[in-house]
Amino acid sequence: MATTQRVLDASEIRKQFPFFQPHPEMRSLIYLDNAATTHKPYSVIEAVSHFWAHYNANVHRGAYGVGAKASELYEGARARVAQFLNAREMAEIIFTRGTTESINLVAYAWGRSQLKPGDEIILTEMEHHANLIPWLRVAQETGAKVVVWSITDEGRLELETLKSLLSERTRMVAVTHVSNVLGTVNPVAEICRLAHEAGALCLVDGAQSVAHMPVDVQAIGCDFFAFSGHKAYGPTGIGVLYGRREVLENLPPFMTGGGMIRSVNWDRIDWAEIPMRFEAGTPPIAEAVGLHAALDFIDSLGREQIEAYEHELTQYALERLQEVPGLKLYGPQPDRAGIFAFTLEDIHPHDIATILDSRDIAIRSGMHCAHPLGDRLGQKSTARASLAVYNDTEHIDRLVEGLHYVRQVFGYAG
Amino acid sequence: MLDRFYQEVILDHYRNPRGRGHLEPPKIVQEGMNPLCGDEITLELRVRDGVIEDIAFDGHGCAISQASASMLVEAVKGKSVAEAEEFLQQVLAMFRGDVEPDESRFGELAYLAGVRFIPQRTKCATLAWHTLEEALQHTNGQTP
Repeated sequence: MATTQRVLDASEIRKQFPFFQPHPEMRSLIYLDNAATTHKPYSVIEAVSHFWAHYNANVHRGAYGVGAKASELYEGARARVAQFLNAREMAEIIFTRGTTESINLVAYAWGRSQLKPGDEIILTEMEHHANLIPWLRVAQETGAKVVVWSITDEGRLELETLKSLLSERTRMVAVTHVSNVLGTVNPVAEICRLAHEAGALCLVDGAQSVAHMPVDVQAIGCDFFAFSGHKAYGPTGIGVLYGRREVLENLPPFMTGGGMIRSVNWDRIDWAEIPMRFEAGTPPIAEAVGLHAALDFIDSLGREQIEAYEHELTQYALERLQEVPGLKLYGPQPDRAGIFAFTLEDIHPHDIATILDSRDIAIRSGMHCAHPLGDRLGQKSTARASLAVYNDTEHIDRLVEGLHYVRQVFGYAG
Repeated sequence: MLDRFYQEVILDHYRNPRGRGHLEPPKIVQEGMNPLCGDEITLELRVRDGVIEDIAFDGHGCAISQASASMLVEAVKGKSVAEAEEFLQQVLAMFRGDVEPDESRFGELAYLAGVRFIPQRTKCATLAWHTLEEALQHTNGQTP
């Protein structure tokens, strides 16, 4: 039986976002910086606000009713994330401040306790600093070595290259699911399989993927998966680290303090079970509740529908951007995510972004926290437009018009 | 408004920078950079008898940062160190919006004062001037 594919309507979706409603003192913005952060639907803002107003209490301690309700909501968010990622159990979900903290947790807790001199960590040339600097630092501290997995000129990773880098010395392969510059969607399931065959673990940075495509950590087969709430229509200050139980159980804590011990006296500390062992101090409770609402928002649209809609919009953007004379687009085509890093003639990306801003179009410019990738591309700084489910073809048209205007300001003809 | 801001003078300095290059020694070399955006400016100065006898810049970045460096070269060449220090403080105050962009006083630099309305770009205009500020702190020890 054929299933009817529901087609998403971005103008309807924007009605769920206060940011996109007309405001007497604000000019409406074409927002194309979604790889940096997404806007929040009413449902997320209301969930956070409702928590502060009615259920605010610390978790896992108060003997009173509201405290129990706060704990229930916080643990309910954990269960929701587990279901969203298809983790085996909610104990495999650790709440953090964001992707950066999630990866630091692994680099510290796993890296410092497990890595020895001569061990190798494989990182790709397209990693964001969040999945780069924690590893460089832990390598310096432990004597382990960082091995660089180069990208092709088109901006892809080749599995054959990985095979040549893997050895019995490899302990970790840390790779981004979707590049925040090139838009490349990496074959993470195959990468994890190869890493495991070599006896290594695999961490996937999902910051740019979770809000844009179905993600199933069991199907990917990763040992760790990290993402941020605020790039997935949720609040800032909340992130997730999924870790496979067998790996997490054997790790020491990252941070220490309240809530992460079973018992303590002056001579001895017994760590709490997972996931509490990794959540020292009062966690971001309201933010977890907001993340729960954000995942509900994503599933209300359907992740396959989001992926199909954004794919179509991406194809339209690729076509239209290439009409702009002097525009150079980075990353693979046509299969890629809706993240477009580009340069335009000799015009510096900051100038492109400033002139587009004067036309109420928001894009990002700079090095996108990926300096080694900038070196590889021979282009330190690029302009970047990135899509979310509330963008539509009219936004792409406005961007293209804006880029023609940028050329005009800099004295380029037609 | 913004196209005029770019077109008047800034693009001329961006496309035809004054004093881009290097000086023969002896010289003071001062590097400046903005780690957030990657803009880089290197100033080279030759100071004799307390006067900036020659100055050049090199670097890369946006039109605003590079035009500002080019204008700096034209503005401070031939000034005494004391005059240059005084002038650069005035220019930084103008970029902050504390001093009016008076063309008779600041020359072409007055056109760059538009950055005070674009707070996220002010640092682009000030980079060369902060680099000069650091460079001039090294002039005391230099022998003629």
